[in-house]
Amino acid sequence: MEEFNSLMQGFSVALTYHNLLFMLVGILLGVLIGVLPGLGGANGVAILLPLTFTMPPTSAIIMLSCIYWGALFGGAITSILFNIPGEPWSVATTFDGHPMAKSGRAGEALTAAFTSSFVGALFAVIMITFLAPLVAKFSLKFGPPEFFAVQLLTFCSFVGLGKGHPAKTISAMMLGFALAAVGLDTVTGTLRMTFGTSELLRGFDFLIAVIGLFGIGEILLTMEEGLAFKGVHARINPRVVLQTWAQLPKFWLTALRATLIGCWMGITPGGATPASFMSYGIAKRFSKTGEKFGTGEIEGVVAPETAAHAAGTSALLPMLTLGIPGSPTAAVLLGGLLIWGLQPGPLLFVEQKEFVWGLIASMYIGNIAGLLIVLTTVPWWAAILRVPFSIIAPVIVVICAIGAYTVHNAMLDVVMMMVFGVVGYLFKKLDYPLAPMVLALVLGDMAESSFRQSMLLSRGEVSIFWSNGLVGSICGLAMLMLFWPVISKVLARMRRGNNELDEARPVE
Amino acid sequence: MQHTTVRAVVVATAMLGLSVPAAVMADWEPTKPVEFVVPAGTGGGADQMARFVQGLIAKHNLMKQPMVVVNKSGGAGGEGFLYVKESKGDPHKIVITLSNLFTTPLATGIPFNWKDLTPVSMLALDEFVLWVNADSPYKTAKEYLAAIKAGNDGQFKMAGTGSKQEDQIITVALDKFTGKKFTYVPFKGGGDVAVQLVGGHVNSTVNNPIEAVAHWRAGKLRPLCVFDDKRMPYKEKVTDTMSWHDIPTCKESGVNVDYLMLRGIFMPGGVSADQVNFYVNLFKKMRALPEWSEFMASGAFNQSFMSGKEYADWVQKAEDTHKTLMKDAGFLAK
Repeated sequence: MEEFNSLMQGFSVALTYHNLLFMLVGILLGVLIGVLPGLGGANGVAILLPLTFTMPPTSAIIMLSCIYWGALFGGAITSILFNIPGEPWSVATTFDGHPMAKSGRAGEALTAAFTSSFVGALFAVIMITFLAPLVAKFSLKFGPPEFFAVQLLTFCSFVGLGKGHPAKTISAMMLGFALAAVGLDTVTGTLRMTFGTSELLRGFDFLIAVIGLFGIGEILLTMEEGLAFKGVHARINPRVVLQTWAQLPKFWLTALRATLIGCWMGITPGGATPASFMSYGIAKRFSKTGEKFGTGEIEGVVAPETAAHAAGTSALLPMLTLGIPGSPTAAVLLGGLLIWGLQPGPLLFVEQKEFVWGLIASMYIGNIAGLLIVLTTVPWWAAILRVPFSIIAPVIVVICAIGAYTVHNAMLDVVMMMVFGVVGYLFKKLDYPLAPMVLALVLGDMAESSFRQSMLLSRGEVSIFWSNGLVGSICGLAMLMLFWPVISKVLARMRRGNNELDEARPVE
Repeated sequence: MQHTTVRAVVVATAMLGLSVPAAVMADWEPTKPVEFVVPAGTGGGADQMARFVQGLIAKHNLMKQPMVVVNKSGGAGGEGFLYVKESKGDPHKIVITLSNLFTTPLATGIPFNWKDLTPVSMLALDEFVLWVNADSPYKTAKEYLAAIKAGNDGQFKMAGTGSKQEDQIITVALDKFTGKKFTYVPFKGGGDVAVQLVGGHVNSTVNNPIEAVAHWRAGKLRPLCVFDDKRMPYKEKVTDTMSWHDIPTCKESGVNVDYLMLRGIFMPGGVSADQVNFYVNLFKKMRALPEWSEFMASGAFNQSFMSGKEYADWVQKAEDTHKTLMKDAGFLAK
């Protein structure tokens, strides 16, 4: 129980008045950053980083990591209320969160999102506390083929979910891949599809696409339906939190799966965004009410939020133990560590005990504090929906524009956002699904480089994807996911055929 | 033509600046926040240095106006350089460079050359070290390179940051030396590269000291040689038995390859000599701070400092070297 003693010491560090104050400031700033689309945890932390150079490192990282927790919580707010993902990992939360808000259940959706975020984070922190060295070793096993396998699994658990026409799903996805390919090709170091303009050098940012496709697209649709915010009789009931909590325990299996996916993706490091998509996809596939996903199921909020927060939290583990950031925000924090004179890496746990355990203890306290803060705000957030659309819509557009601008400080991005907004509107009108396009845009880049890195390593042998147990089983799992609809049908028929063979259940 | 006149003025005043006390020369001062452009993503080496500089300047009140770090990493930094190039005459923008100052325009053909900018000063040079996994049998660079010579083309795998950039340039130089080809696998950041080596997915890397030091201290990686013509000066023990100074140069091991990466500051073209001088003095003051020395030691940087003509000449020479290296490697844009 050496970890336990260290953790107690950590609490004594984290629980001083000024550290608690920094924590509170961090959470509030973080929620604000999370709410504003585009600003993002990474930018928020980067902007505040220089201010912390005069602080003791432990207080500094406590404050900065609390900004990160706050942003993770806050990202869900605008996704649910306005269909605008404040952060990339909240995209999957919009799928069911926004329909819930539209049918007047915003308070419920927000409570479910915050609570499951907290649960995900809590499990991830417990894992960091007790399994850090073990987990660090596991993440070293991940080379390019393993990364590609993980991305393949994300795609496979997500495709075939939509009810739309398969050809439409595929074309939306291909468009996503094409957009992801614009900019510098990291493997050959040459420019692709920039057509000689310097503005296209940076490629299409996922965040800008998402703000446009979801946020602006939604506003255009609402405008078409008449300038009234339809269907929102946001009942504001302070007891909504307790009522929602009463419903949540029955989703324990979904939450558990989501936590595992999240922790795994945070460590490897895949990141919170793929984790939330994968978790949503798998939850939909295995849920009893899977076919209702997308119409406002609480489970569809629980799954991505739990995974995103578990991944976001566990992303700090490879940062501390290996010096590789599991997320863009972790990358900025990593720079902070170096500047404070701390060397992230295997020895940090040995040499900087006070710092490491103070940080871990602050993860517990910070997340509890974060949950309390955001839960108290639920009725207020839900109340925003009562503001007439004609007033709130211009505000949303302005916030979106600012958000799109902040991503790269580029005016063209604001224009791109509007274009994506029109695309999003057309997609909805023509019944093309948005999710596959967004998924391809966010993962296409990563999947492509891992695939080509693997090909370089194996000198063109595809067999590298089943060359060892780890990559082989992830790829196998991916195939299982891809063909699950077929497999489950076959299995069901077999079971009907011979009831006595009940043991022949799918190995899942 | 304009470039040359601007440069001549810069050079002349910078030379003057060296002999006149800082306080007398600082007659121009920023009148609004200074944008510090980083032509790389958040969390990388250049970004870390820029944010450290920003923090130091704010902490010690070296400048009245605040400094704002802006990342423009698109197109291997091309986005950032073009942005500064387009801000001609704006004294409220500075940019920190890495080797992509040369490699990006050469490899991608974007319309940019360092002569579009005004050199301010060099902050430091970053070293490159040849690393292998501590479990591998190679104890010296000689042994490792002998094994490569005896092996097949493509048998040994080198991981590095980016494509057609500094890491691959060094790899190609090693290819030339051994007569065998490495399989070069590009990754996004130096941290990932080091971890791939620790995990045993590749055979070697040429990580900067700061990227690999943690794994070295944990006994996971072994440094073979440093690509510099003299050893690094830091004699304090980093691991139980070795200091940075104990790493031999590659030349000592018979590998005639050296490469250093510029961490320098530039301004847009068309700025006045006064304005350049303000920044030269600013960075001089900053370099005198004890925190800066600590930072330099932690990353085992080569602490060369230059400004004015000396710096411009150095940059010119470095560009020529890169041109030759990249031409030989077949990395030039067609």
